[in-house]
Amino acid sequence: MGSPKEDITLIDEKGRRLDGRLPNELRPIKIMAGVLNRADGSAYVEWGNNKILAAVYGPREVHPRHLQNPQKAIVQCRYNMAAFSVQDRKRPGPDRRSIEISKILSEALESVVLVERFPRTTIDVYLEVLQADAGTRCAALTAASVALADAGIPMKDLIPACAVGKVGGRVVLDLFKEEDNYGEADLPIAIIPRTKELVLLQMDGHLTVEEFKEGLKMAYEACEKIYELQKQALLEKYTKRKDDLLDKETVEKFLERTEIPSEKTELEGGEGGGEEEIEAEEIVEEEEEVPEGEEVEEVPETELLEIGEEFMEE
Amino acid sequence: MFYNVISELTRQYVYKLAESGKRRDGRVLDQFRDITVQTGVIGTAEGSARVRLGKTEIVVGIKMQPGEPYPDSPDQGVMTTNLELIPMASPYIEPGPPGAEAIEMARVIDRGIRESGTIPLSDLVITPGEKVWVLFIDIHVLDYDGNLFDAGTIGVIKALENTVVPAKDYEVGEENFPLKIRNIPISTTFVKLGKVIAVDPTAEEESVATSRLTITTDLNGDLRAMQKGIGGGFTLEEVETCIEKSIRFGKQLRSLLWEKPEDVVTPEEG
Amino acid sequence: MIEVVIDMESEGESISTHLKGEIVIPGQLIAEGRYRVGRWVYREGDKYYAYKLGLKDIRSVKGKPTVNVIPLAGKYDPMVGDLVIGVVVDMGPTTWLFDINGPNPAPLHITETPWKVDFGATGRYFKVADAAVLRVLYKDDTSHVQVTLKGPGLKKLHGGVITEIAPSKIPRVIGKNGSMIAMMKRLSRCQIIVGQNGRIWISGEVEQVKLVEEALRYIENHSHLSGLTAKVAELLDGDASDAVRAREEGDAPPRRGRRENVKFERRKE
Repeated sequence: MGSPKEDITLIDEKGRRLDGRLPNELRPIKIMAGVLNRADGSAYVEWGNNKILAAVYGPREVHPRHLQNPQKAIVQCRYNMAAFSVQDRKRPGPDRRSIEISKILSEALESVVLVERFPRTTIDVYLEVLQADAGTRCAALTAASVALADAGIPMKDLIPACAVGKVGGRVVLDLFKEEDNYGEADLPIAIIPRTKELVLLQMDGHLTVEEFKEGLKMAYEACEKIYELQKQALLEKYTKRKDDLLDKETVEKFLERTEIPSEKTELEGGEGGGEEEIEAEEIVEEEEEVPEGEEVEEVPETELLEIGEEFMEE
Repeated sequence: MFYNVISELTRQYVYKLAESGKRRDGRVLDQFRDITVQTGVIGTAEGSARVRLGKTEIVVGIKMQPGEPYPDSPDQGVMTTNLELIPMASPYIEPGPPGAEAIEMARVIDRGIRESGTIPLSDLVITPGEKVWVLFIDIHVLDYDGNLFDAGTIGVIKALENTVVPAKDYEVGEENFPLKIRNIPISTTFVKLGKVIAVDPTAEEESVATSRLTITTDLNGDLRAMQKGIGGGFTLEEVETCIEKSIRFGKQLRSLLWEKPEDVVTPEEG
Repeated sequence: MIEVVIDMESEGESISTHLKGEIVIPGQLIAEGRYRVGRWVYREGDKYYAYKLGLKDIRSVKGKPTVNVIPLAGKYDPMVGDLVIGVVVDMGPTTWLFDINGPNPAPLHITETPWKVDFGATGRYFKVADAAVLRVLYKDDTSHVQVTLKGPGLKKLHGGVITEIAPSKIPRVIGKNGSMIAMMKRLSRCQIIVGQNGRIWISGEVEQVKLVEEALRYIENHSHLSGLTAKVAELLDGDASDAVRAREEGDAPPRRGRRENVKFERRKE
């Protein structure tokens, strides 16, 4: 972090940064889901000049066996930079920085992945930086969420990530390489959009408490925008590629084959493997309320095969 | 699991199908998969290329920096090739430094480039005896469906072709200038499926193959590198047939990937 | 009264309905109020959220409105009762270990076979890389899955080839009441066994097996389209497709299904 400022003016009086951005501006971001063949799920992110690929395998067997956890899946994230991803060629293989980043990214993802559902397995997330321009850990984590959803791994939420920093005495959003090298602080974060909880938080440099709060607010707002891009990437894949949409047959068979989670797991929130307790006590009131404003397709079980007009497309 | 278990019955089916001249993906025995190449895809590299061969996908990056020559070859630059078979490329790869397979692939690809004089090491000299270019070729495998030898060779040539030597950036020259390539080696990889030989194997075909042969030819149709792999054996006749096919495929692939292959190449001076 | 226009007796006729449901992403709010938590959904207070990328689905099950998410992607998730095609990856004195395309390999115990296998004699019955049709017998909370070879249709496989397709496409391959698969078997003159784990075993003449593989690939990539059955028939055998297409295009009147037959049962292949 921060070598002494040279004669470079990283930010001018009008707030224009070296690459022309204003303090509160994100670099252009493009996200694509489902870009690899072999992997169970994948995503590609271009974020400014960063180019990062994420791939997910899992849940699958744990090797070596002693790492297995009989109560839940382990999430193993491996962040790696390609030799040609930086100006001075990097020797291939994990270095201390990559190992630390891998650890914090694994922990961030663990907070949202439904690991209890797949004990004794691993969910492997591979993140390759093909071209780097600062903010790679945030871009990588952003890609990782999309890749996990693409792989069909159950998660409470997607995790958008972004960094803020301090440059020329001002708090700015989304540092690029020069700013990262010559700036005064770097603060990457990642959040669960719905609850606003922080699942990744690092800081290095020099910030006053006010600057920290200002930066955090900026980063939160940026994360919300990034979340929308993650969502778009996933929806785009499935609305463009019609061959992935489901037909009625598949839906019916899925419902037939799987079970509604038992009441116990309903409270914990999740898909259990429990017996279908149709007659079990539910937390019900006297009347079954049908909420307003929500489309409740009232299709009684015996008539599930009836197809209303709106479903027919022939 | 980290070993690829293909059922015995599927293995036999692949052999039987091959005997009738066909393959599971619909190709015939002497047919390459579709190839797409993009160059200049990595801004931080001096040269780069992305190659898709069927479902196999790789990215090659060329990095150059000034360095010292080896003491026993003061008039030669340094070139080194590395192949990273990263775990994202296949469910059967473990993380870690390159194993014997990745190392073999890197060395075979390197041999084709080096022995064909594509980049003569004398071209990489800045000040004889003192300063030379160290040229790093890094092949990064993103999606593995077989035949990294051929995809790798094509990727490396294409990446070298669009490499700009950073002489000015490193203050060893007045201007950055394009790297000249002197030859276009093309490798073709064959596998034996039962009794029959097929070119450009998929990952499944590589898993069930009893033997493998890679042959690299140059613009002239001469041999520059050969490597037999996976156990098993080839008869002399089979090798000769493969060589003939290699030369033909080499020509075809060069025409496919370059409009005028001869124009791309700058013959050696002197 | 809604007419059920399903042709149940004929071969491979199925209504292809491109679902206009909403696609939701993990963490997305899909309902508010009082519902039953269905598959891949979680509840906080009176809000219901998706766990997976999939189709939002709200329907009544025995009078209770239930929120489900039907996943669009995902690996095979073993369920007790599933018919699966497995490959032996390892064995011990009392078990063979089968890869069934799930998160972990599944053991088959010697007592779960139709044979009387002595302790240590497992190598006489299966070798590594052998394949079999099995059923998922057991699954517990720690992802332990066991399979069985005891039951109708379960057996060691010889010859043929195993093809893999996305597990979510398996229902389309089977078709309404097995109609699609029955047609494919008839036209190709091949034996075909469909596993819930996305694996399909095909056996017959090499040419015919190849055609079936192509047809399966076609189904996998076009599962949402109508006229799928006719196209598959065409791929497998030029002549037969005419009859099917004629019926589809309305030359012959569609046959009404009998409602009483239309009942959901666990389909045992």
